[in-house]
Amino acid sequence: MGANDPQAAGKPATKRQFRIWRGDENGGDLQDYTVEVNEGEVVLDVIHRLQATDAPDLACRWNCKAGKCGSCSMEINGKPKLSCMTRMSTFTEDETITVTPLRTFPIIRDLVTDVSFNYEKARETPAFAPPPGVAPGDYRMQQIDVERSQEFRKCIECFLCQNVCHVVRDHEENKTAFSGPRYFIRAAELDMHPLDARNDRKEYAQAEQGLGFCNITKCCTEVCPEHIKITDNGIIPMKERVVDRKYDPLVWLGSKIFRRGQVPQTSVTSGHSSGAVHSSGGAGGQHSHAGGSHDPQAELQAQKGVNWHREVPHPTAPAVDDRGKLPLTELTFDRAAAPSPFGDDVTFPLPPEHLNFAHPDQDKH
Amino acid sequence: MTTTSRPDPSTTTRIERHHYDVVVIGAGGAGLRAAIEARLAGKKTAIISKSLFGKAHTVMAEGGAAAAMGNVNSRDNWQVHFRDTMRGGKFLNNFRMAELHAKESPQRIWELETYGALFDRTKDGKISQRNFGGHEYPRLAHVGDRTGLELIRTLQQKIVSLQQEDKAELGSYDARIKVFAETTITELLLDGDRIAGAFGYYRESGEFILFEAPAVVLATGGVGRSYKVTSNSWEYTGDGHALALRAGATLINMEFLQFHPTGMVWPPSVKGILVTESVRGDGGVLKNSEGKRFMFDYVPDVFRKQYAETEEEADRWYTDPDNNRRPPELLPRDEVARAINSEVKAGRGTPAGGVYLDIASRKPAEEIRRRLPSMYHQFKELADVDITAEPMEVGPTCHYVMGGVEVDPDSGAAFGHVRGLFAAGEVSGGMHGSNRLGGNSLSDLLVFGKRAGGHAASYADGLSGRPKVPVAAVEAAVETALAPLQRDTGENPYTLQQDLQAVMGDLVGIIRRQGELEDALGRLTELRERVAKVSAAGGRRYNPGWHLALDLRNMLVVSECTAKAALERQESRGGHTREDYPAMEPAWRRVNLVCALEGDTVRLERKPLPKMRPELVGLFDRAELAKYLTDEELTEFDALVAADENADAAAEKER
Repeated sequence: MGANDPQAAGKPATKRQFRIWRGDENGGDLQDYTVEVNEGEVVLDVIHRLQATDAPDLACRWNCKAGKCGSCSMEINGKPKLSCMTRMSTFTEDETITVTPLRTFPIIRDLVTDVSFNYEKARETPAFAPPPGVAPGDYRMQQIDVERSQEFRKCIECFLCQNVCHVVRDHEENKTAFSGPRYFIRAAELDMHPLDARNDRKEYAQAEQGLGFCNITKCCTEVCPEHIKITDNGIIPMKERVVDRKYDPLVWLGSKIFRRGQVPQTSVTSGHSSGAVHSSGGAGGQHSHAGGSHDPQAELQAQKGVNWHREVPHPTAPAVDDRGKLPLTELTFDRAAAPSPFGDDVTFPLPPEHLNFAHPDQDKH
Repeated sequence: MTTTSRPDPSTTTRIERHHYDVVVIGAGGAGLRAAIEARLAGKKTAIISKSLFGKAHTVMAEGGAAAAMGNVNSRDNWQVHFRDTMRGGKFLNNFRMAELHAKESPQRIWELETYGALFDRTKDGKISQRNFGGHEYPRLAHVGDRTGLELIRTLQQKIVSLQQEDKAELGSYDARIKVFAETTITELLLDGDRIAGAFGYYRESGEFILFEAPAVVLATGGVGRSYKVTSNSWEYTGDGHALALRAGATLINMEFLQFHPTGMVWPPSVKGILVTESVRGDGGVLKNSEGKRFMFDYVPDVFRKQYAETEEEADRWYTDPDNNRRPPELLPRDEVARAINSEVKAGRGTPAGGVYLDIASRKPAEEIRRRLPSMYHQFKELADVDITAEPMEVGPTCHYVMGGVEVDPDSGAAFGHVRGLFAAGEVSGGMHGSNRLGGNSLSDLLVFGKRAGGHAASYADGLSGRPKVPVAAVEAAVETALAPLQRDTGENPYTLQQDLQAVMGDLVGIIRRQGELEDALGRLTELRERVAKVSAAGGRRYNPGWHLALDLRNMLVVSECTAKAALERQESRGGHTREDYPAMEPAWRRVNLVCALEGDTVRLERKPLPKMRPELVGLFDRAELAKYLTDEELTEFDALVAADENADAAAEKER
């Protein structure tokens, strides 16, 4: 097939500027490369060209080059992406493209990070429990029932959701107690599996996986290359039903309305104000991803405004009456439909100054 | 332990040592299934994964896993599946493997459900099965178009679940089954003719690792990286094929490579990416640049009876398969590939050298998105191609190697003069004959993965003493591995790889000629000298240039086998097309070409095919067999049938 020369039907190659992080766990820096780019190429094509020319030892993971294996995750201009799915045509011709490794995981070399955290969490998540007494071949499930779990099984384990999650992105210390979005949807998938014999998936997620740490900024959903609705279809239903069993959310919210100011905060909102509403979409008001996607001014501001060493209160259940219920009904509630378990007066994403995240190295700069 | 071979600090090398009962090289479907089986047999098992755990090439399989469960059409059974497989492989298959595969696939698929797999369902809640090229009935268990991902994730999660059991029982996840991620094996180590272990390196650190193990299962996949346009990832460098050769095993059928008929040829960001055959199963048609649906012109005589002759009949088949013949777009993939190649050569191709695959004008956008979700989203995101609005530009792409390690069909034990070596999946040969049917590889992985793992375990059980790893072999392996880093005068490995890909793509590609094949062998010899002097810049930590330099020698020896076998086989059959010998020759059907390594050179040998058992031959019509068998074989068949009839008549009389 000698006929399909990429240039036969396209524009001639152009020279583009790349800045690629080179180094290892002892440090490194961004290095400049000028590299040829052809029409229709993706960032991974360009990295391969660099390996074949200027930088033969440039370390980078990849496998399928088709967005199906989730190996080539990296941060491109600060945004976590699959490099095989990032078209060069999404950048302007004079734009310098900065490529850095995933920030949440320890560096091994260049663009390769140590993602073993994820495999450890995978091992801790209890496996599928086959239904007792059902022989292989006798499993019967309806399409409509398997589809909910199938959405989560689309996951290609690129770990972009894990990388972008605020709870661990700049918080090494949270990693032991927090499994991350990938494993919340694993728990959700098993919870929704029509034949899974365990019925404590939600409780497990809450008690062992650190589901309560999640403050639903939906960053995971935003970066998911498979467009899995991680938050809406996985995390929130898990949270709601956990809350459902532990304490009625209506009531919990009711207590917020009646006793405003004394309401327990979830562990990730700051103590500044319980009613922080932030103007969504404002240029300076983006929530922090640290990387290149945020406004440095806002980040600086955020870091100044937060006491990094303060104790964050754990969520506590509200007081119940002698029947184990909260003394409140829907009649006294001021809106229709289910409320947010975080309070309807909290808008996500939260403003950065209300988040208590810090990079372990932030004081060095 | 420390091995000191030279005073030079760069060769004074720390080697991490491990003891296992079974080492499985490869963490795709076959490797994981083999490891599960070995662990279930109580063996201490290591899984060596060249990439991260769960990234193997199996994830790329889209169509499904073929198994005659009969969920959609109850007339399906193993005999029909066996027939389809043999037909697809042009009767060159190892019949016993095809038989085992057809019989055992349903159990292997059902078993996956007990591991947590969620296949798409039929209305009555069973596993749904879809049509696919070459399969008589809807037979492919599937999950949308990401069946391979489901398969690998399920096996991965089953391994995790076994590790959790081990943790509960023995206190460590890794007590009985451990995954060595991003680890490459460069050499198998022998004690006489017995496998004693495997030597390799961690990609991450460049540190060496030695496994002492009496049994090794090869499950390393294929060789596609030696080709210019390929759907295969960087891992597919024929490691297992080469390791087997160097350990004294033999390869068969290496001339048979499957070029997937419909890989994307434009735009470049998706070049080589496959468009699943289910696009055609779901109504997609192939058109040339003149807008003609050309496949009707390319139905070979052997298939004439089963395929529609008019567009109208073909279109009716989608809704009424029992009363209409199949559209010719669903011919086996080699026929489709050849047809596309002919159209392009005749000047009726697209500017990028392919043809159009059109589903957009045949199905509503909504239905395309529902039936082919990841295909839709992949092309939309990768290349901004909307398959619901415009036709795709497709052409032949190197996809799968039918050839591989010659194995005992029941156990997966490698032939040749080595014991303790097993192979399963793409790296093994014989199962698919000269051509693989779509959907047969996922079930192949499971059926023969399980068998190889189980038999490796019982082989290890049956040994009276453990083979010993010879120190000299380890030292030699270290030296070979470090050599490219120590040279600074040789060529860049990437250049060498490109040159190799050019030789194989241009001269040993989909259509082959004697002169070109001879030329290719000459160039491969030159390349061998250059590869022997390759040098890799940089250090040992995660250095892809070094890794490629080490893979090159595997790619080279396997390419040599392919070129030699392709030159030897003077006929066209399945995945081997000779322009100078365009016909299929019954006499060649009885011959397997077997490659072995003698010192450094590939030696090729003819070997007769095993003879199919009478009750299996009896599954075919005489008219069909006549297309494949020699007159001599047909006479035998007739005698067999006559004897059968006599026996029946005798039985009748007695009653």
